[in-house]
Amino acid sequence: MAANYTNPIVRWIDSRLPVFTMMRHEYYDYQMPRNCNYLWSFGAFAAITLMIMIVTGIFLAMNYTDNTLLAFTSVERIMRDVNYGWLLRYIHMNGASMFFIVVYIHVFRGLYYGSYKSPREILWMLGVVILILMMATAFMGYVLPWGQMSFWGATVITNLFSAFPIIGDPIVTLLWGGFSIDNPTLNRFFALHYLLPFLILGVVVLHVAALHIVGSNNPYGIDMKGPQDGLPFHPYFTIKDGFALVLFFLVYACFVFFAPNYLGHADNYIPANPLVTPSHIVPEWYFLPFYAMLRAVPSKLGGVLTMFSSLLVLFVLPWLDTSKIRSAKFRPIYKQFFWFLVAACLVLGYAGSQPAEGIWLVVARVGAVYYFFHFLILLPLLGKLERPLPLPTSISEPVLKGSGPVPAGAHAKPMEKA
Amino acid sequence: MSDTTHSAGGHGGQASGHDDEGASRRDFLYLATAAVGAVGVVGAVWPFVSSMNPAADTLALSSIDVDLSPVQVGQSITVTWRGKPVFIRHRTAEEIAAARDVKVADLPDPQADDQRVKKAEWLILVGICTHLGCVPLGQKNTDPRGEFGGWFCPCHGSQYDTSGRIRKGPAPANLVVPPYAFLSDTQIRLG
Ligand code: HEM
Ligand code: FES
Repeated sequence: MAANYTNPIVRWIDSRLPVFTMMRHEYYDYQMPRNCNYLWSFGAFAAITLMIMIVTGIFLAMNYTDNTLLAFTSVERIMRDVNYGWLLRYIHMNGASMFFIVVYIHVFRGLYYGSYKSPREILWMLGVVILILMMATAFMGYVLPWGQMSFWGATVITNLFSAFPIIGDPIVTLLWGGFSIDNPTLNRFFALHYLLPFLILGVVVLHVAALHIVGSNNPYGIDMKGPQDGLPFHPYFTIKDGFALVLFFLVYACFVFFAPNYLGHADNYIPANPLVTPSHIVPEWYFLPFYAMLRAVPSKLGGVLTMFSSLLVLFVLPWLDTSKIRSAKFRPIYKQFFWFLVAACLVLGYAGSQPAEGIWLVVARVGAVYYFFHFLILLPLLGKLERPLPLPTSISEPVLKGSGPVPAGAHAKPMEKA
Repeated sequence: MSDTTHSAGGHGGQASGHDDEGASRRDFLYLATAAVGAVGVVGAVWPFVSSMNPAADTLALSSIDVDLSPVQVGQSITVTWRGKPVFIRHRTAEEIAAARDVKVADLPDPQADDQRVKKAEWLILVGICTHLGCVPLGQKNTDPRGEFGGWFCPCHGSQYDTSGRIRKGPAPANLVVPPYAFLSDTQIRLG
C-alpha cells in the first residue's frame, strides 16, 4: 500500500500511520465531477477562512483581557499599541463577515443544485450544524470588545430565552451567571468563543469525510457514471480553487485595508453602559434576516420560535423536497422560486436593519411567511407537480459534444482534448 | 450450521428456560448498571452547571439602601441594583390619578396601581423592558414617554404608563416591581 513512496522516512511513517496515503487519497486522487463550476470553490474558501479565524483569534487572545473593566481598553490597546494589532483585529473582524458570505453562498449553491438530496442528507445536516455553531461563535465574539452594541446585542439575544414559559428565566440567569449581562457573562463568552471554533473544525472534518464517501454533487446533479465523468482533484481542482482563492482574498483584503469598519456599527466604539440603551439596536449584518423574523411576529415566544425554526427547517429539508431531480437546471419552476427565496432572504435582511414599525414590519412579515411557504408548502408540492426537463445521460456527454461514451483510454490525457 | 447451534441452545425446552432466566438476570444487571451510571453522570454534571449560576458574591450584592429625600416631585432617579437599572419616580398627583383611572381588566397584564406601589407617590420599578431587556426612556423630563406618560422603549416600541404597566407594543408584561421596604419615610432598602 505504502510501497510507492520512495522516501524511506515517509514510507516508515506511512506503513505505521497512513497519513500520506490518506492525504493522497482525499486531496490528490479524489475524483471531482469534471463540470463543477466556481461555486464549488466556496467550501474551500470556508475551510481557509476558518483557519484564518482560528490563527488571528489565538493571537488576539494573547492581548485581550476578559474583564468588564478592562476589555474595551484592552481592545483599544490592540488597535493602537500592539504591533500589527490593528491588522490582526481587522482580519478577524472582517473574517467573520467573509465567513458568513462564503457559507451563505455555499448553502445557496447546495439549495440550487440539490446537494442536500439523497445520498447527501447527513453531509447537509452536518453543514447546518456548522452554520448554527458559527452563529453562536460570532455572537459571543461580538460581545468581547464590550462596546455598546456588544452589551445590548447580548442583552437582547440572551433575553430571547426568557420567552419560554417556566424554564425561561432560570435559563437566562444561568447564561448570565448573575442578574444581568456582567463580568461572569463576559468570562464565559470568552471561554466559549475560544472553544467553539475547534468544535466547528471537528464537524468540518466529519462534513468533508461524509462528502468523500458519497462524492461531490455537480451542476447537472447527476451521478458520475465512470472515469470519463471525473477529474482527479489534483491538479485540476487545486489549481481552480487556488485561483478562486486569490480572488476571494482580494475582496477580503479590500475590506481589511480600505473599509475595515464598513460592515460594523459605530456604536461599538462606545464603551458598554448598562444604564443606557442605544436608540437603535441592530445585530451584525449576517443575523439581520433572522432578526427580522424575530420581530415580525407580534408575540415574544412566537417570534423566538419562528427565528429558531427558520434554521431548524433546514435540517428536514432533504425530506421536504419531494423532487427526485437534484439540479435546478432541470427544474424550470423550482429554478424561479429559488430566486424568489434568495430575494426573500435579502429583503428580510434589509427589513431587519430598519426600525420594526410601519412598512418595514409588513415587509418583514411577508418575507417571513414566504420563507416558510417555500420550504413547508412549495417544495413538497413542486416535486409532485413540476415536469422536469430531460436529464443528460452523463456528465461528459454534453461536455464532449455528444461524441458518445468516451473510450476509457481517452481519459488518460484529458488535457489534449482542449 | 446456524440451524444446529440454534436448536441445541435456544429451542431445547429446558435449556431455553434456563437461558431466559439468565437473560432476565442479565437484563436486570444491565438496567441496574445503566441506572447507577446515569445517576453518576448527573451527579458529575451538576457542579459544572451549578458553577454557571450566580456566585455567592454576586448574590451578596443583592440589597442596597437608597435615600429618597433629594428627589423632588415629578423627578425620577435611576439606581443600580444587581447590575440592573432601578427607576424611582416621585409621581405627581396627576400621574397617580392617571395610573388609577384605568379599567384594570382591559390592560394587557391586569394589575391595579395600588398593587404596584407601597406609597402612592413613590413608584419603584426595575428599568428593564419585559420584551427583550432594553432600558426604556422616560427618566428625564425631555425623554419620549410614549402615549401613556410613563416610559417608552426605543428598541421595539413598547409603551408603559405612569404605573409602569405595559399598554402598547410587543412586551408581554408590566415593568417588574423589585422587592423593597421603606426603612423610614425617605429611605428604602432594595432587595
Ligand atoms: C465552516 C463552514 C463550512 C466549511 C468549512 C465547509 C466545507 C466544505 C467543503 C470543503 C466542501 C467541498 C467543496 C464544495 O463542494 O464546495 C463542502 C461541501 C458541502 N457542504 Fe460545506 N462547509 C461549511 C458549511 C456548510 C454549510 C453551513 C452547509 C449547509 C447548510 C454545507 C453544505 C455542504 C454540502 C451539501 C456539500 C456538498 C456539496 C456538493 O458537493 O455539491 N456546508 N463543504
Ligand atoms: S426590548 Fe423593549 S420593546 Fe423590545
